[in-house]
Amino acid sequence: MKSSAYVQLVDLVKYFGNVKALDGLSLDIAEGELVALLGPSGCGKTTALRALAGLQELDRGQMIVDGKDVTFQKASNRGMGMVFQAYSLFPHMTARENVEYGLKLRAHKTAGAKRKARSAELLELVGLSTHANHYPYQLSGGQQQRVALARAIAISPKVLLLDEPLSALDAKVRTQLREEIRRIQVELGTTTLFVTHDQEEALGIADRVGVMCNGQLEQIAAPAELYDRPKTAFVAEFVGLTNPIAGKVSGGSIEILGGVVKTLSGSISSGAGIALVRPESIDVVASKSGNATIFSASFLGATCRLSISMRDGSRVTAQLPSHDAVGLGTGVSVNVSLLDIAVFVKAAG
Amino acid sequence: MKQTIKVRLWRWTIISIVAFYILVPLYAMFDFSTKPFGFADKGRTFRAWQMIGEQQNLFLAVTRSLITAAIVMALILFLVVPTAIWVHLKLPLLRRPFELLCLLPLAIPAIVIVVGIAPLYRWISINLSESPITLAGVYSMLILPYTYRSLSAALDVVDVHTLAEAATTLGATISRVIFGIIMPTIKTGIINGSFIAIALVLGEFTISNILNFKTFQVVIAQIGRSNGNVAVAVSLASLLFVVFLLLIIPTKKRQGAVLDVDLA
Repeated sequence: MKSSAYVQLVDLVKYFGNVKALDGLSLDIAEGELVALLGPSGCGKTTALRALAGLQELDRGQMIVDGKDVTFQKASNRGMGMVFQAYSLFPHMTARENVEYGLKLRAHKTAGAKRKARSAELLELVGLSTHANHYPYQLSGGQQQRVALARAIAISPKVLLLDEPLSALDAKVRTQLREEIRRIQVELGTTTLFVTHDQEEALGIADRVGVMCNGQLEQIAAPAELYDRPKTAFVAEFVGLTNPIAGKVSGGSIEILGGVVKTLSGSISSGAGIALVRPESIDVVASKSGNATIFSASFLGATCRLSISMRDGSRVTAQLPSHDAVGLGTGVSVNVSLLDIAVFVKAAG
Repeated sequence: MKQTIKVRLWRWTIISIVAFYILVPLYAMFDFSTKPFGFADKGRTFRAWQMIGEQQNLFLAVTRSLITAAIVMALILFLVVPTAIWVHLKLPLLRRPFELLCLLPLAIPAIVIVVGIAPLYRWISINLSESPITLAGVYSMLILPYTYRSLSAALDVVDVHTLAEAATTLGATISRVIFGIIMPTIKTGIINGSFIAIALVLGEFTISNILNFKTFQVVIAQIGRSNGNVAVAVSLASLLFVVFLLLIIPTKKRQGAVLDVDLA
């Protein structure tokens, strides 16, 4: 991965009627990097991806790929490989013909034998070499998306664009394919922009994750940094779970649940605030005379999520290793883990 | 098991009723065409069928009508289909007005259309050609309601936008998208629309008769005036010929055949 920007999106603006889908979006992607754009529906992430593909005209802004301005270049000439949310295989072509299609359009460059070898190689890469002569209707959803991935990378795209390619698949296939996409991306070193509304997907495979809201990029950072050190209340609340706990802020820390916790930059600096505390940052200790009561517990495998009712009537969610949760009675004492954590604090009310 | 027998019985009952409904008129036509019609005839005779070969006008008319149908087919493939796809892909707001426009020929009585186009065809006959093949122009308008509906239904069940975008990102021009991706995808709709169009062209009588063009149907009607048995024999033969065409054309199509041309 090189450090210089291979893809540069500069101040992108797009209106749909009166709705501002992109509001000055700027983003740099390094060569070979996988960046995920994460955000709620309507935040503009798909519009940004489609603009880069050349499928969406912009009202303002500039897009530079590999040092070349592609803002006004036709989609068919941009050399972007794209995998769509909806199944997009050409139904009258076999898996092999689908993969070869992009190469066929570059017929003068890719001879028949070379084309066949390339499609065979790619179908093997996505684990579908035995399905080369199958038509899309003979393939499952996951297999169709794999072929679509092979088709997109067959043309050796400058940028691989993934528009929620896993959202139509069931959970197990989604996890498998997500890992395969990452493996293939790392293997080929293809610069990739991945759009999703599923934070687990984004945090699971991206080098960096950009969180979008109302057409703007709220924060872009490595997954761990984004999770541990959110810069805005939106990012803190959108990525992962948080407990809003009221407290008093002063001198770069907040007093909550009987402890003092450091605040993250971007938080309010003084007065009454709401700390956004991760469930795993909350300590739960068995205590009959404690300050809280467990009213439900969800077993999640390695961890257990506890819904706790505080004595003052407020509710918090804690997440702890399953073996620590065993043996906890209903009466508990709840504290904030003071081990090297910092929380984002937004203004109360 | 009981359920299966009941279902099977129900199925065969329906098939029998439909077969009866279709085959009885055909049998009646065959029966009439083999009845004696001359003084010398006794019992069943195939003289009416043998006389089909003697109708020189008929073969000329069949050839003309088939050429007209072929021209109409070409217009469907290279004009109506790409236009319908273009409207679906690029001009979604024009879909309703376009559909309404295509339905107009259905709402206007044939006689009104004839009155409207008669001066145009008079001019065509004087300045261009007197051939009935020129009727392809008005026929390609008459078939629009049927062809467009068939195409529109086929386009509605396929996500043409995603297919078009996928092909575009792979480097396809708009003509490749239309002819190489969308058209093979809605192949069934195109074939259905084309068959309806052929049936309409081969069966149309009012316009060609009033404009005094000797098409297949007009010639059959003329034969019918002089010899009903021969006319019925010709009608039955033409019906069987069209059924034969319908049966063989789908088997000729190759799975995965791609009409992949670049007109850009």
